[in-house]
Amino acid sequence: MSITATPPSVNGSWPEWFGQDQAGAWNLFEALPQPKRNDESWRFANLKALDLSGFVPALPVADEAALVSRSAAHTDVAAKLVFANDSLIHSEVKGLPAGVLLLPLEQVAKDHGELFRKNFMTSEVRLGSKKFAALHRARLRTGAFLHVPKGVVIERPIEIWHWVDGENAAIFPHTLIVLGEGASATVIDRFVSSRDERSLAIAVNDLTLGANSRLTYVGVQDWSDKATAFHLNTTQVGKDATSTALQLNLGGSYVRGESDSHLLGEGSRSVMLSVNPASGEREIDQRTFQDHFAPRATSDLLYHNALADASRTIFAGLIKVEEGAHETDAYQKVRNLMLSDEAEANSMPGLEILADNVRCTHGATSGELNEDELFYMMARGIPPKQAAQLIVRGFFGTVLERLENESLQAHLGEILDRRLEV
Amino acid sequence: MSTETKPDIDIDRSVGDFRYEMDYAYDAGVGLSEATIDYISDVKEDPDWVRAFRKEGYRKFLEKPMPTNWATKDLENIVFENIRYYLSQGQVPKRSWDEVPDDIKKTFERLGIPEQERKFLAGVEAQFDSEAAYSNIKAAVGEQGVIFVGSTEGLKEHPEIFKKWFGKVIPSGDNKFSALNSAVFSGGSFIYVPPGVKVKHPLQAYFRINAQNFGQFERTLIIADEGAEVMYMEGCTAPKFETATLHSAVVELVAMKGAKIQYITVQNWSSNVFNLVTKRGLAHEDAEIKWIDCNIGSRLTMKYPGVVMKGRGARGEVVSIALAGDGQHQDTGAKMIHAADNTTSNIISKSISLGTGRSTYRGMVHVPKHLKGCKNNTECDALLINTHSRTDTYPAISVRGQGNAVQHEASVSQISAEQIFYMQQRGLSEAAAMSLAVNGFVNDLVQQFPMEYSVELKRLIDLEMEGSVG
Repeated sequence: MSITATPPSVNGSWPEWFGQDQAGAWNLFEALPQPKRNDESWRFANLKALDLSGFVPALPVADEAALVSRSAAHTDVAAKLVFANDSLIHSEVKGLPAGVLLLPLEQVAKDHGELFRKNFMTSEVRLGSKKFAALHRARLRTGAFLHVPKGVVIERPIEIWHWVDGENAAIFPHTLIVLGEGASATVIDRFVSSRDERSLAIAVNDLTLGANSRLTYVGVQDWSDKATAFHLNTTQVGKDATSTALQLNLGGSYVRGESDSHLLGEGSRSVMLSVNPASGEREIDQRTFQDHFAPRATSDLLYHNALADASRTIFAGLIKVEEGAHETDAYQKVRNLMLSDEAEANSMPGLEILADNVRCTHGATSGELNEDELFYMMARGIPPKQAAQLIVRGFFGTVLERLENESLQAHLGEILDRRLEV
Repeated sequence: MSTETKPDIDIDRSVGDFRYEMDYAYDAGVGLSEATIDYISDVKEDPDWVRAFRKEGYRKFLEKPMPTNWATKDLENIVFENIRYYLSQGQVPKRSWDEVPDDIKKTFERLGIPEQERKFLAGVEAQFDSEAAYSNIKAAVGEQGVIFVGSTEGLKEHPEIFKKWFGKVIPSGDNKFSALNSAVFSGGSFIYVPPGVKVKHPLQAYFRINAQNFGQFERTLIIADEGAEVMYMEGCTAPKFETATLHSAVVELVAMKGAKIQYITVQNWSSNVFNLVTKRGLAHEDAEIKWIDCNIGSRLTMKYPGVVMKGRGARGEVVSIALAGDGQHQDTGAKMIHAADNTTSNIISKSISLGTGRSTYRGMVHVPKHLKGCKNNTECDALLINTHSRTDTYPAISVRGQGNAVQHEASVSQISAEQIFYMQQRGLSEAAAMSLAVNGFVNDLVQQFPMEYSVELKRLIDLEMEGSVG
C-alpha cells in the first residue's frame, strides 16, 4: 500500500489523542497541493523526485542484530539509540547525568504529555515542505527525544542511528532536542540504508535551546544512492545560547534539506554548516532560513559543495532581519567546487533586512580546482586524482573546523576520508 | 559648466510635476480589448504583420499570470480596465523645434529638452504620451548613415532591419508586461548604427506622461552593426496624479560583432507610477553591452536589464543605483545569460533605502553546460538609512560544468554614528553629513554616468535626503 494512498493505521503505543493529531496531519497532507514549477521554494528542484506514491510503509526488519552491530559508534559516546524502520531496536546508555531524558517519542507523549506538546512540531514549516512534514507527522511511529534540564552538561556525544531496510520502504525519523537554561549537549544523527535499495526518508529534527545553552548537532546522511530523503529542521535559539549544526550529505538520489533557524533571544547565535560531496546523478537541494527576531544575535552559515559527475546542487538561503532586531550580525556563504562538466550548481543567497544598524553579508562562488595547487602536488609526485581528492578534502575541512570540537572533527574527517578515498 | 546654471538634464521631480490640459485627437478610451488594439493599429496605420503581432501579444497578456508568486502583491493594485492605452494628437514627429505644437512645446521647454540638444546631444527624441512629438538627429550623424527615429517610423521606413530583430531579443511572451507592451506599444526609439560608425555624442530620448490614468508603452530597438558604437540616454517625468499610472516599456539592444552599446537610464517618474520594464541586449562575438540604470522615482519599479552573451568573448555589464524613498519600492537587478565561451559579465548594484522605502535586488546569472572561460562578478551593496527602511537581495546563480568562475557578494550596512559625528565636529549639519555619506556610498558608480547626469544625480540624492534624518 502506497504511503500516499491510504491513511496510516492507529498506532497502539501512542496515547489516543495523538491518533487524532495524526488524522489531522493526514488531512493536511492530502489537502496541500504538490509543489509546482512556479513555487519559489522549489525553484530549480527536480519535481519528479517528489512523487512519493511508489513508497510503502517499512516493515519490521528481519535481522536486528546485524544492524545493531553495524551501528559502530563514535568511540566515546554517552548514549546510543538505534532505530530501524521506525522501531527502536537497541538502546545503550553509558552515563547520562541525572535528570536527562533520552526516550522514544511515544513514551514522552504518554508520560510527559505537556513537555511533548510544548515542543513537538510547533513551528510552521516555512521552507516549502509543509506537505511532506504533514506526511511525516501523520506516519510518525517513533523517534528520539532528548531533554537536558537546566544547568546540566553532557560532555560526550549522544549518537542516534536511523536505518532503512527494504525495497521502496519509507521511514519517518524524528529527533527532538530540548535544552534547558545553561544546558549543553552534542548529538549525532546517523542516517543509513541497510542495502543499496530505493527508499524514502522524511526526517525531522527540531532543536530548542534555552537561555545560555549550547548544542552541537551533526546529521550524517549516508542513505543509498537510490534514496529520496527530506531532512527538515527547525532550530530555536534562546538568549545567549549557541547552536552549531552540521549536515553532512554523503548519499541519496534526491536529498532535500530545510534548515530554519529562529534567533529568538538577545545575543543568541546559530552556526549552520553543511558539507556536500555530490557525485553520480545526485541532487542536493538545500533551503535555509536565518531569521533574526532579537537584537544583537549572530547567525553564520557556511555550505561547501563539491560537484562531481552529473550531480546537481541547489542552495537557497535567506537571512531575514525582522523589525527591531538591531545590531544583527548575519553571514551566509556558499561555495561550489565544480569537478565535472556535467555538474550543475544553483545558488540563491537572499537577504531581507527590516532593521537598522545590522551587519549582513552573503556570498556565493562557483569555481574549479586551482590549477596551481594541483600542479604543486603533482610536482611532488602525488597522482592527479589523489591531488584532486586532497584539495576537495581540504575544501571540506574548512567547514568541519568550524565545529570547534576536535574529536568530533576527527570522527567526521574519517567518515569523509573513507568516502573520498583519500 | 558654471555652478549657477541649471544642470543640463533636468530630472528634478518638482520640475516635472505639472501638466497641461490637452485635447487629444486620438484616444483609445479606457480599458483594453481586441477593439482597443484595432483602434491603435488603425490610427497608426500598422502593416498587417504588426497588427498580428499586437493580437498575439494581447493573447499572451491574457494568458500570463501576474508574477506575484515571487514579486510584490502591490502589482494587484494595477487596474488594467481603468487605464487609457493610447492618446495622441495625431502628432507626426517634427524635425524642427518650431514646428512642434505650442502646447506640447511648452511642456518640453519647461523640461529643458531643446537646450540640451543644442549643447551636447547627437540626436534627441521627445515622446508625449503615446507618440513622439519631436525627433531630430544632427546632420553630421545622419550623414554617417545613423538612423534615429521613433519606432512607428522605424517599422514603416526601415522594415528590412526592423523586422529582423524586433521581438527577437525579448519575445512578446517573455512576461505579462512585455506581452502587454507588445499588444499596445507606441512610441520609443529605433536606432541603427552602420558598421564601423562610432557615434561620438550620446543620443537621447525623453518620455513624458501628461494624462491621468494613462499607460505609456514605448518600444525601443537599438542595433549597432559590426564594430559600431553608440550611447543612448533616456529620461522621464510625469506629473503627480491622484491615481496610479502605468509605464511598461520594452527595450531591445542588438550589438553585432565587436559593437558597443551603452544604455543609460535616469528614471524619475512621479511616485504613483508603476514602472514595469523589460530590457535586454543581445551581444554577438566580442560585442559589449552596458546598462547604466538609475532609479529614483516611481511607486514600484520592476526592472532587470539583461545581456545575452551569444558570441565568444562578448561582455555584459549592469551598473545600477536605486534610491527608495518613503512609500517607494525599487525592485531592480540584472540578468546575465552566458551562451558562449569566454564571455564576461559584471553586475554592480548599489541601493539606498530611506524612510519606509524598500529596495530589492534580484539577479540571475546563468552559465549553461559545456562552456569554458565564462566569468561573472556580482556585487550588491545596500545602505539603510532609517529604522523602517528595508532592503532585500535575491540572486539566482546557475553554473554548469567546470572552467568558469562566478562570484556573488552582497553587503548591507548603514551610515555609522561615528561618521556623522566626525563630520558634525567639522561644522556640517547632520543632514549635510548624511548627504555627504550617501554620496560617498554611490560615488564610484555616479562617476560612470556622463557628467551632466552625475551632477544631477548628486543633486537629486541631496534633495531626497532632506528631512530624512531624525
